[in-house]
Amino acid sequence: MYINLDSVPWHAACGGLMIGAAVALLLLFNGRIAGISGIVGGLYRMQKGDIGWRVTFILGLILSVVIWRFFFVLPEIVIETNYTMLALAGFLVGYGTRLGSGCTSGHGVCGISRQSPRSIAATTVFMLAGFITVYLIRHVFTF
Amino acid sequence: MVNFMALLSGIVFGLGIILSGMVNPAIVLAFLDLTGNWDSALLWVMSAAVAVGFIAFALAKKRTNSYLGLSMQIPAVTKIDGRLLLGSLVFGVGWGIAGICPGPAVVLAGTGSIDALVFLIAMLLGMGIYQNLQGRG
Repeated sequence: MYINLDSVPWHAACGGLMIGAAVALLLLFNGRIAGISGIVGGLYRMQKGDIGWRVTFILGLILSVVIWRFFFVLPEIVIETNYTMLALAGFLVGYGTRLGSGCTSGHGVCGISRQSPRSIAATTVFMLAGFITVYLIRHVFTF
Repeated sequence: MVNFMALLSGIVFGLGIILSGMVNPAIVLAFLDLTGNWDSALLWVMSAAVAVGFIAFALAKKRTNSYLGLSMQIPAVTKIDGRLLLGSLVFGVGWGIAGICPGPAVVLAGTGSIDALVFLIAMLLGMGIYQNLQGRG
């Protein structure tokens, strides 16, 4: 078996390596899991001494756009979902990730990296739910 | 220093989301669309991130404190319960509708996209309502 190197999406793979590096930084220096829903959601607890790093991490995410724009042009961004569906999706993502204790980064990247059966189960469920939802929206109820 | 490392991690994470293409919901939806014009990009992103993460967690497991002297806060829960599965199901449905998950939601909002702001505000509301129902317990 071999991989045709021309078929490898290098941008995706390199971006993934950077996400892994960010996970490593936060874990090894701060002892924290880089799960975005957990970092954002933890702010609601308003615990003293537990706010600063969450805020600076989120600021970093936003700042990455500014830094990127300083050197390059942002890649194409296409959002075809209408406001109603975006609001519904956002609500489900916010509530669901808190109820399920994680999202693509916390369960998907971090959880699989540490071979947590819980995160592997969560990732399997949200991937399947994503596949089925897209199938229904795009190929069954084409509204 | 703790806050600075969190800032740096956030920046690197965000740059990774932009470079990988995951900032574009259309690419995420193309991955989720198995019977359509399938795009493998998300699989490459996750595999590469996990490859680095695997090494990081292997190093972390040998330590009780981080390099900055903080305790390692790695989740100890192992129970696969209804909450985990239901929450992941609800998240997956929302993810499938818009192709946006929490990381890209924040980065996208940083681009000034109104669409992304609508999603982000609704997401923060969803988290707040969860916290409110939970906070009383």
